[in-house]
Amino acid sequence: MNTKTANNQKESPAQQLYIKKHRQHHHFITLMRFLVLFLFLLIWEMAARLELIDTFFFSSPSMVVSCFFKMLFDGSFFSNTGITLLETLISFALITAFSLLAAILLWYSRTLSEIFEPYLVVLNSLPKSALAPLFIVWLGTGIDTIIVAGISVAIFGSIISLYTGFKHVDAEKLKLIYTLGGSRFTALKKVVLPASVPAILSNMKVNIGLALVGVIIGEFLAARRGLGYLIIYGSQVFQLNMVITSIIILCVIAMALYQCIQFAEHLYKKKNGQDSLTI
Amino acid sequence: MNQPILTCRDVCFSYHSLTGETQALTNISFQINRGEFVAIVGPSGCGKSTLLSLIAGLNKPQSGEIILDAQASNKIGYMLQQDHLFEWRTILKNILLGPEINGTLTKEKEELALKLLSDYGLFKFKDKKPGELSGGMKQRAALIRTMVMEPELLLLDEPFSALDYQTRLMVSNDIGQIIKKSGITAVLITHDLSEAISLSDRIIVLSRRPATVKRKIAVKLTLDGDSLLSARNAPEFKDYFSLLWKEISDEYENSK
Ligand SMILES: Nc1ncnc2c1ncn2[C@@H]1O[C@H](COP(=O)(O)OP(=O)(O)O)[C@@H](O)[C@H]1O
Ligand SMILES: [Mg+2]
Repeated sequence: MNTKTANNQKESPAQQLYIKKHRQHHHFITLMRFLVLFLFLLIWEMAARLELIDTFFFSSPSMVVSCFFKMLFDGSFFSNTGITLLETLISFALITAFSLLAAILLWYSRTLSEIFEPYLVVLNSLPKSALAPLFIVWLGTGIDTIIVAGISVAIFGSIISLYTGFKHVDAEKLKLIYTLGGSRFTALKKVVLPASVPAILSNMKVNIGLALVGVIIGEFLAARRGLGYLIIYGSQVFQLNMVITSIIILCVIAMALYQCIQFAEHLYKKKNGQDSLTI
Repeated sequence: MNQPILTCRDVCFSYHSLTGETQALTNISFQINRGEFVAIVGPSGCGKSTLLSLIAGLNKPQSGEIILDAQASNKIGYMLQQDHLFEWRTILKNILLGPEINGTLTKEKEELALKLLSDYGLFKFKDKKPGELSGGMKQRAALIRTMVMEPELLLLDEPFSALDYQTRLMVSNDIGQIIKKSGITAVLITHDLSEAISLSDRIIVLSRRPATVKRKIAVKLTLDGDSLLSARNAPEFKDYFSLLWKEISDEYENSK
């Protein structure tokens, strides 16, 4: 954790006090976070019970919980969450693979990157939800439409950010490779990719979130299953319990996916790219 | 012994951009003999690094020619200003980068790397990451990375300038000794005049950009002992220093 001296020697009273204060502060923050959540739920529930808000529109924590259990028992929780998760993961994997490949090509050929740059910029600044109706016409209302919608949201930004990351690798490091007799391809393998691992990981964190956004947009428009579908369907039949429960499940999924990549990043930092990552 | 390993004849080079042409080198001519240690000094930005890139074959001269001894032509070692050790590799893996790239990573190479590591006092750091080494140790590791390629001609582009003064004295002493003992021909670029005098057999002074060879000075010091300090204490040292000082400051004067 700390420096070696801090581990070996016994800590001084001042250091102990500092650590103690730090821990106390940390606990306080955690406590307050839960308190905020708890108060919010409490006020929501009270307001519903005292009929300050109309539960038909605003639901209530207890109704959400019972709705969740209902979904759990009739199997709709697993089928809908599962499909959304599957679509998101497939989109994410394809975004990552495609954008890495594209960024490598752009880095490799300056001419190629010069030609494609304006297209990437335009496509990236386009609101991608505008494309979704087009995908439905082209691909129908199956899972592939949803996956394409998921991909479309993140792919262009991901290519741009990876390519920018590759370009910023120190030119002198590339020169080193050339002085050792390496080619541009060697430089890619030995320097650009390993040096970009942190950039690639943080790019993945953005991508997983955007893939989920794209998948939900796709499900709004073109699905018969999935959390996006439940939200849209629930709002149409005024089943606001279902809508709110689905949204909360979505929150949890988004957090879990993000944490997975965060964990991968943590592992990388801990290991700092031993052999396996030097390709 | 006295055959040239490298001959530069009327070498010219310019960089081109839309805003104009930057002439870096004009009519550079000199020879370097096998086993020599030659220092190149000149005002900053005059084209010294450019010259080394040309010798190393990273760029082609616009006119003139660079002739390398047949043996030496693909045995050039190049040491850059910064160590550029890769943070994601261990020291040993960094050192084996060259053999890995040109496909000569054999058991013998690895043994050579380990031997060099212990010769240069870095053996116990071989499995450490560069971040755990001091600046001087990193620069020595960078030298091993170059030496493991068994170069015939070593090009050093201000290899000590990223170090603080103390470390710099020690490391330039160490590395100077290592290179001289190994008998490798070396071309050292430096802006440190004392370093040039104490390490080299000959000094080539370049003018400001576009660089031409302004003067070639053979350095002969009467030494007692072979350390850098004894070179700095040699009676001729201060004469060479004022000579070089004058040549270089002329160039700065002219540019005003
Ligand atoms: N890649 C490049 N493109 C354009 N000009 C360059 C490039 N590299 C160096 N120069 C210019 O050429 C001149 C010589 O550079 P360099 O050889 O690095 O000088 P030195 O190593 O002597 O300080 C400088 O004026 C520099 O601005
Ligand atoms: Mg330079």
